[in-house]
Amino acid sequence: MLTILFDGLAYGMILFVLACGLAVTLGLMNFVNLAHGAFAMAGGYITVLLMGRLGVPFLWCLPIAFIATALVGAVLERTLYVHLYSRPHLDHVLFTIGLVFMAVAAIDYFLGAQQQIIRLPQALQGRIEVFGISVGIYRLFVIGVCGALVVILQSILAFTRFGSRLRAAVDDARVARGLGIDVNAIFALTFAVGSGLAGLGGALGAEILGLDPTFPLKFMIYFLIVVTVGGTTSITGPFLASILLGVADVAGKYYMPKLGAFVIYALMVGVLLWRPHGLFTRRGAR
Amino acid sequence: MTSRHWEWVFWIAAIAIPLLFPSKLLLINEIAILALFALSLDLLLGYAGIVSLGHAAFFGVGAYAAGLLAKHGLTEPVSGLLLASAAAAVIGFLSSFLVLRGSDLTRLMVTMGVALMLLEVANRFDTITGGADGLQGVTMGPLLGLFRFDLYGRTACAYSLTTLLVLFLVARRIVRSPFGLSLRAIKGNRLRATAVGVPADARLVTVYTIAAAYAGAAGALLAQTTQFVSLDVLDFHRSADVLLVLVLGGSGYLYGGLIGAAIFKLMQDGLAAWTPQYWQFWIGLVLVLIVMIGRERLSAGARRIWARLARQHAGEQPS
Amino acid sequence: MTAALETVGLRKSFGALAATRDVSLRVEAGARHALIGPNGAGKTTLINLLTGVLRPDGGRVLLDGADVTGLPPQGRARRGITRTFQINQLFADMTPLETVALAVSERRGLGRRWWHPLAAHTDVLDEATALLQRFGLGDSLRTRAGTLPYGKQRLLEIAIAIAGGPRVLLLDEPAAGVPEDERHEILAIVAALPEDVAVLLIEHDMDLVFSFARRISVLVDGALFVEGTPQDVARDPRVREVYLGEAAHG
Repeated sequence: MLTILFDGLAYGMILFVLACGLAVTLGLMNFVNLAHGAFAMAGGYITVLLMGRLGVPFLWCLPIAFIATALVGAVLERTLYVHLYSRPHLDHVLFTIGLVFMAVAAIDYFLGAQQQIIRLPQALQGRIEVFGISVGIYRLFVIGVCGALVVILQSILAFTRFGSRLRAAVDDARVARGLGIDVNAIFALTFAVGSGLAGLGGALGAEILGLDPTFPLKFMIYFLIVVTVGGTTSITGPFLASILLGVADVAGKYYMPKLGAFVIYALMVGVLLWRPHGLFTRRGAR
Repeated sequence: MTSRHWEWVFWIAAIAIPLLFPSKLLLINEIAILALFALSLDLLLGYAGIVSLGHAAFFGVGAYAAGLLAKHGLTEPVSGLLLASAAAAVIGFLSSFLVLRGSDLTRLMVTMGVALMLLEVANRFDTITGGADGLQGVTMGPLLGLFRFDLYGRTACAYSLTTLLVLFLVARRIVRSPFGLSLRAIKGNRLRATAVGVPADARLVTVYTIAAAYAGAAGALLAQTTQFVSLDVLDFHRSADVLLVLVLGGSGYLYGGLIGAAIFKLMQDGLAAWTPQYWQFWIGLVLVLIVMIGRERLSAGARRIWARLARQHAGEQPS
Repeated sequence: MTAALETVGLRKSFGALAATRDVSLRVEAGARHALIGPNGAGKTTLINLLTGVLRPDGGRVLLDGADVTGLPPQGRARRGITRTFQINQLFADMTPLETVALAVSERRGLGRRWWHPLAAHTDVLDEATALLQRFGLGDSLRTRAGTLPYGKQRLLEIAIAIAGGPRVLLLDEPAAGVPEDERHEILAIVAALPEDVAVLLIEHDMDLVFSFARRISVLVDGALFVEGTPQDVARDPRVREVYLGEAAHG
């Protein structure tokens, strides 16, 4: 029981790192980026290739995955995404699904459709006893890293100048512009960092979530659930939603293996019937 | 020529092409089914403005319902089609309440979630659906008790095209009625629509149910004419593809889905010979290009041509 | 006699801001009633409460004595409260004919009919055409509403509200943003509104208010401040201070 809670926590933490970039970009530009999972997949494959072909140690791969996907994100944002912000949501959807399909097929073409395995360093394998519960060392590591990221992100948002500008821009982009805040620059940076975080999440999560070319499609719905249930006005909402989703999914698959992912879809439907605008959104927000 | 003439030309071509290309009947059958599916999405997206990422849900329900009916004894195609369509309508009615409120984003998630949920159900209850192996043992009786479904797809093609034509004509009446007008009003400006007394929720439930019935009919046609149903009918791909089809042909004027379906299938047929495995890449590229070029620009072009034809029909000067 | 539209102790707050405080307003049948007040006085909130766009925190809205507080906007519209919007809310892709025909067909309860084309409902189209001609829109029946000149869009705003067959018509700054040389068209339409319709006009333009209204209510900080005939209101020193004074200062 506690082990499930623990695994669910690790899973949820990864989901949060994967999806938080999406939540912020969505809140900021109202841009529906269904290709977010493609960035996560990129991070995962970068790690696989670096480790497998060049022998780079796993721990080094994580920052590299972050930086590389952030760069890719920045380039795509400046060249393609930037033209689409004022377009209707349908255009966002079509465009980003197009990107996902291209990414999926391209990875399949170059690297094959099989599951990729990441060989974890010795120190991160195995299980230990913590407070009488047997836990996987790697999951503990994941919780540690993601927890640290949550704290860092929250403090950036709460205490830095950039954070306050970002919050102002999410609250009301027009007013923020009027105050002289360069919303576009903030958005470009946020998009890059959000993509980078997705890449990092993909690298960290490959072991737990699995990694194959269909990754962006498989996890699209998870990201959507996180941002719709959690809302996009803060990062605590998506964080709680991720944890809830992670625990529910792990518990559902453990206790009701026959129903599988059905549990979380049912949960999602229930939440939406109860609170159409999400669990953790302010009342009256979009 | 007037727009009515053009419609005649379109449908005469639709009937003549199978006669001219008897070796392509199976492909034409697929086009007709996809066209019906896209027509159903057009009612939703083009007229009522509801974005869906899970329209395959209703296609899949229709396909499984038709397949299961045939497998368990009801081999008469037309009644199977009607029942399957009704089953999809029921699921559509129930899930419509989830898409009434919330933003485009919630709708995307909900529609996609419903389709995935059904996929999961079909996968788990493999004793009924055949799971990943697909539903085997579907055999159809002759159409109207007269025409057997043959290997060349003669009956299948005629059956699908006729169904498409009939349902198209019904859809045309729907969108030209006061009800259709109120849908366009809700899409255009929901606040104003309710201010003139349009009960937006009730209208959306109705159109969602109708669209689900249409999608279910398309799914049933696929199950009946191929005599096989696999999990693929509920796949996310199907929902994304039909969006692309509608965007290719242009939404909001009924013919878009039909034209888009023909383009899509011919493209697929051509490219599949070249890179069957990576066909998906090209779909993605087309989607990206359409958006970068400007969907509005493309469909406005198509609509303008159509409007010009319609005006000539009405005998008015183009403004 | 029951009022056409009446509110009893209507209240609405947004967080700490009380936008509507205990408003009890009577609009008599066939009234020409104006609601004025400085910016931020809560006029738009009050309209949204009257039409059902917002739910009040307390109080009731009565139409001909019947409680309509629980009805959604479409329900109130069908009962006879129609409105125009301060900022145009039109169907950009529909023509004026389609727009007004929609309002007429919804009023007649035809909106659920899905089999007979609109073109077959000649009575609906005739009524819509006649109405649009009365509003001087007869020559742009089939132009997309989004491409009409602004002044015509304002006229269409009012035409839609009239087509709904109102008992009570709420005009939210009908002449807002209309260039000086086109204003007279709007004023003429407002002056010629059917006698049996109670009109509540929300307006900043004092010329329009005093030429139109036979009764004026002044709203300040969400509460009814003064109510009376135009002469009373114009003479009231408190009104001059909070409202006309402000207007005089710019």
